[in-house]
Amino acid sequence: MWKLLQIELFKISRRPRTYIAFAVITALCLVFQFAFKMDGKSYVDMMLQSAGSEFELDKSKAINGYFMCYIILNTLLIQVPILVALIAGDSISGEANMGTLRLLISKPISRTQLILVKFLAAVVFTVLLLLWMAVSALLLSILIFGVDDMILFRVKGEESLIMMIKQDDILWRYAAAFAFATVALTVIAALALFLSIFAENSIGPIVASVSIVIVCTVISNINVPIIDKNVKPWLFTSDLVGWKGFFYIKVDEDNQPIKGSLENWPAIRNSLYKLFANIAVLLSASILVFRRKDILS
Amino acid sequence: MKKMLIPVIMICFAPVALQAQDINELVKKVKAKIETVNDYEAAAKMKTNVSFLKVPVSDVKVYFKKPNKLKIKSEKGISFVPKGAVSINLNNIVGGDNYSVLDAGTDKIGGVAVKVVKLLPADDNAPVVLSTLYIDPVNLVIKKAKTTTRDNGTYELEMTYGKYMAYGLPDKVLFTFNTKDYKLPKGVTFDFDDGNNTPKPADKEKNKKGTAEITFSSYSINKGVSDTVFQ
Repeated sequence: MWKLLQIELFKISRRPRTYIAFAVITALCLVFQFAFKMDGKSYVDMMLQSAGSEFELDKSKAINGYFMCYIILNTLLIQVPILVALIAGDSISGEANMGTLRLLISKPISRTQLILVKFLAAVVFTVLLLLWMAVSALLLSILIFGVDDMILFRVKGEESLIMMIKQDDILWRYAAAFAFATVALTVIAALALFLSIFAENSIGPIVASVSIVIVCTVISNINVPIIDKNVKPWLFTSDLVGWKGFFYIKVDEDNQPIKGSLENWPAIRNSLYKLFANIAVLLSASILVFRRKDILS
Repeated sequence: MKKMLIPVIMICFAPVALQAQDINELVKKVKAKIETVNDYEAAAKMKTNVSFLKVPVSDVKVYFKKPNKLKIKSEKGISFVPKGAVSINLNNIVGGDNYSVLDAGTDKIGGVAVKVVKLLPADDNAPVVLSTLYIDPVNLVIKKAKTTTRDNGTYELEMTYGKYMAYGLPDKVLFTFNTKDYKLPKGVTFDFDDGNNTPKPADKEKNKKGTAEITFSSYSINKGVSDTVFQ
């Protein structure tokens, strides 16, 4: 199994498209960092709205590495699923397209093993992508902007909130958020892998995966009560942003944030359960379908 | 008859005139006490309580220089300083002579008898419409101040005094101010819906009150403060 995984990772590393994802993340992070270095204050002013005229805030301190990373993750974690689908969607269909799939299953390995190895390789790619994201979004932002307390803007139901987390209470939240994001993106990898079983070229499963993510993300962000109540809880895209829960800090009766606390751990835990369930269902379905598939290419 | 009427009128109105004189004297004495401080630098902790703001207690430095320069700076980390908090400088309220002093009786604050004084600006276009001061006549300090402004609503100051009472400087100030409703457009922040969205109470909709509690730990008085601090 380990040998097979090594081979799969070697194959992924030889594909130029693998590096597109890393290049895209680097480029986007640099664009954000440059833009905020030039005029981040305008963004803070926009987010402060009326509070900007009522409170004095040292904006140069507010735009720090932790704040930047949150802004970048907020935007990128919507696009990163596309990058994960780019690799995972190619797993089986890529082999079929090159005509190597039949050859591969003629080897003394079970189809289940093959799917599991393809899935694990996609997970390793996802982890590496997120590690790279941590380097370019967090580490690089810290180097450029320094560290300080972190401000975040949030809409909670009918309320809009400005929250602040002390700088010595932030890093563990990022570690947890990246771990959560790994699980969330693994769902995309499992989805793309499942779709790739049905295709004989990579484009179909990649486009299909991306389309599903886009449609579900749009539905997840539509604020219509009937959808909020009946549809959103069933969409995996509603849980993709669960990493933010690690930054929603609990407050005491005086509105003071409690260090080391989470506002709603059960909600984060439930999201994790749902994501794991999605992975389990998609992976099981992939194994089931692939085992029964009549492979002709 | 006419000769007798003048002394009677004088006797009748003398208490009113004396009272007005007393209250003017009291305000002058309080003002004189406040004016003994030319500048100060104080270390403090600021606790802000505003419904939409979830921020921790921050360590701040408060700088003051006569006549009315005041700056609150975050010592470590980031802090949201209410813009109206510059009014914790009591010089802003009793400074100058361009107001009329009215006696509004007595009251009690924390068991201490206080004189209630209203200051009416002489200038019709002054930013402050009315100030009500609750003065401790024994210690000659302002225990509470309510200021109604033309544009920024009403704000209140409640002072607790301790070891710096001789300078008229409080150990603790509770600043109460009006806040507007803070509203971000939906969909801008892509938030995680954790299903814990409590509906907003009706009374919280608009023009809410916020407080900033500033607790001073130490003052460095009349040691000189650079003008660059206030820029």
